[in-house]
Amino acid sequence: MLVDVGLRLAWRNLWRHWRRTWLTVGAMIFSNGLLIFAMSLQFGSYDMMIDNSLHAYSGHLQLQHPRYLDEPKMRYALDNVAAIAERLRRELSLDSISARAAGFALASSEERSYGLQIVGVDPVHEPLVSTLPGLVKQGRYLKPGAAGEIVIGAVLARNLKISVGDELTFLGSGFDDSFAAGIVTVVGIFESGMADLDRALAQVELGYFQDVFAMQDRGHSLIVRARNIDDVESLQAQVKALLESNQDISLRHWEELQPGLRQAIQADMASNSFMYVVLVVLVAFSVLNTQLMSVLERTREFGTMMALGLQPARLSRLVMLETALMTALGLVLGIAVGLVVNLYLSRVGFSYPGMDEVALKFNLPERIYPAISLASMTLGPAAVAIGSLLAALYPALRLYLLTPIEAMRAV
Amino acid sequence: MSSIRCRQLCKTFKQGDEIITGLDHVDIDIEEGEFVCLSGPSGSGKTTLLNAIGGLDTPDSGEIHMGDIRIDRLERGPLADMRLHHIGFVFQSYNLIPVLSARENVEFVMQVQGVPAAQRSRKSLEILREVGLEGMENRRPAQLSGGQQQRVAVARAIVTHPDLVLADEPTANLDSVAASHLMDLFVELNQHHRITFVIATHDKRVMSYARRLIKMQDGKIISDEPQ
Repeated sequence: MLVDVGLRLAWRNLWRHWRRTWLTVGAMIFSNGLLIFAMSLQFGSYDMMIDNSLHAYSGHLQLQHPRYLDEPKMRYALDNVAAIAERLRRELSLDSISARAAGFALASSEERSYGLQIVGVDPVHEPLVSTLPGLVKQGRYLKPGAAGEIVIGAVLARNLKISVGDELTFLGSGFDDSFAAGIVTVVGIFESGMADLDRALAQVELGYFQDVFAMQDRGHSLIVRARNIDDVESLQAQVKALLESNQDISLRHWEELQPGLRQAIQADMASNSFMYVVLVVLVAFSVLNTQLMSVLERTREFGTMMALGLQPARLSRLVMLETALMTALGLVLGIAVGLVVNLYLSRVGFSYPGMDEVALKFNLPERIYPAISLASMTLGPAAVAIGSLLAALYPALRLYLLTPIEAMRAV
Repeated sequence: MSSIRCRQLCKTFKQGDEIITGLDHVDIDIEEGEFVCLSGPSGSGKTTLLNAIGGLDTPDSGEIHMGDIRIDRLERGPLADMRLHHIGFVFQSYNLIPVLSARENVEFVMQVQGVPAAQRSRKSLEILREVGLEGMENRRPAQLSGGQQQRVAVARAIVTHPDLVLADEPTANLDSVAASHLMDLFVELNQHHRITFVIATHDKRVMSYARRLIKMQDGKIISDEPQ
């Protein structure tokens, strides 16, 4: 059928039962709006989850000994870490690169002993790769060159029953398997909200760590934080190029460092996708109902059109065109609704009662902000549109089975 | 396309457990430009014969030729094209498309045929004027009386100058004045454009216009006489 008559006819047919059409379009608007909102919020929370988790401690990239990731042992260390860090900062024009060394030790206060991970950090650059220095709630963070100082997690402090100013002794194993022992003063207590860190992590100055643990100039990792999560891949390529000749250093992407984070996101996406599919199927059934009723009640009219010489394929196209128009209406208005809601929430944030507990669990802030992107704005509406058009195939294809005489006899 | 030739047409319908005979070995020849009336009581087979000739229904057996084309063997697509380009239908209950105006209803077939917009517009206005609906072009079927709707249906059937117009009880819902106007129009189209008319009716006024009257009963032709 020529486009002009098809369009005109399809558009007018839509409004024969305007309540029914609006109900179906309304369902599309609602689901499109909801999908856009939910997906934007979902993507926004993933971005925050990734950013917060990586910024808290692990960074976007790490340089390590090739075996350190699988076996985080003292002996799998990098030589001359401070110099490598300095070179990378210079070559990449990026300050947020910091060296660390780590070991396990038994820490004892006057009353109690607990196992913990002691990490030697560069107090100047550590705040640029990690939020932990900013989360010191009591006392202060480490100062450059200050030997004999330690900052510990709040839960560890509680367990050891110590506070700022108290002394702590630790005993571990050094790089050369010698005893590594020290007495340090607690200068700060941090509260990250992450149970693992608060319970079992302590930081000392890198030089002091290297002395006590017989590391010389070695360290276990270089933490690299990109300016933006979107820059990680290009930064990875740059670092790789710079260290191409050095086979003893492995460059680890955050997905290798924190596989659980990606898995948690994928699990969340899978469960949310199920809900989205249910929503799309519901809308598709609504369209199926509308179009099937519309076709059934117009059977005589279709019979007349066939008698006048229209091919069934053209009638099917007419029904599909009606659905496409209805879908387009739902799409445009749904996207508009979704966009308005998202724009508002991207300013004020979104929260609900009890969210603080969930947020803490997933390393999220108490308010999350939707991430408006092309994907979040179009994926849901596209699925609704495809679902609606697929649903309309059945009533449209039924017309192929009609003969003019049977159709015109229909009541 | 010119003459119509039907040979040994049979058609039965099942109604519950009962087999109804629609057409019983019907032979009929209709020449180009004829004005034929099919008469007979309800259930005599008039509409069944019209539907078979128009390719709306297929006979159980027998042959239908339209010129050189055997239409009972045509596939759905070519059959639809045949109706689109060669046959005009006028139905008892008008069967207009309710969401289109009178003019759009008349233009509909032309649009499907691919006639350019300007030509469509000119022809539809012309034919609507001819059937006495000037000034009502933009009214939708619901805004027209029964007689006016039937005239739109006639305009739709003849606007493309088909070779054949099949009309099933075209005056059934019309008053005598409207019926008489409609028949005058049919006669005029038949005489001036040599359009063949086959009209199924049991209205004696309509039969009086026919130049050939075929009477049917129980699916058979019982008489076929010139008027």
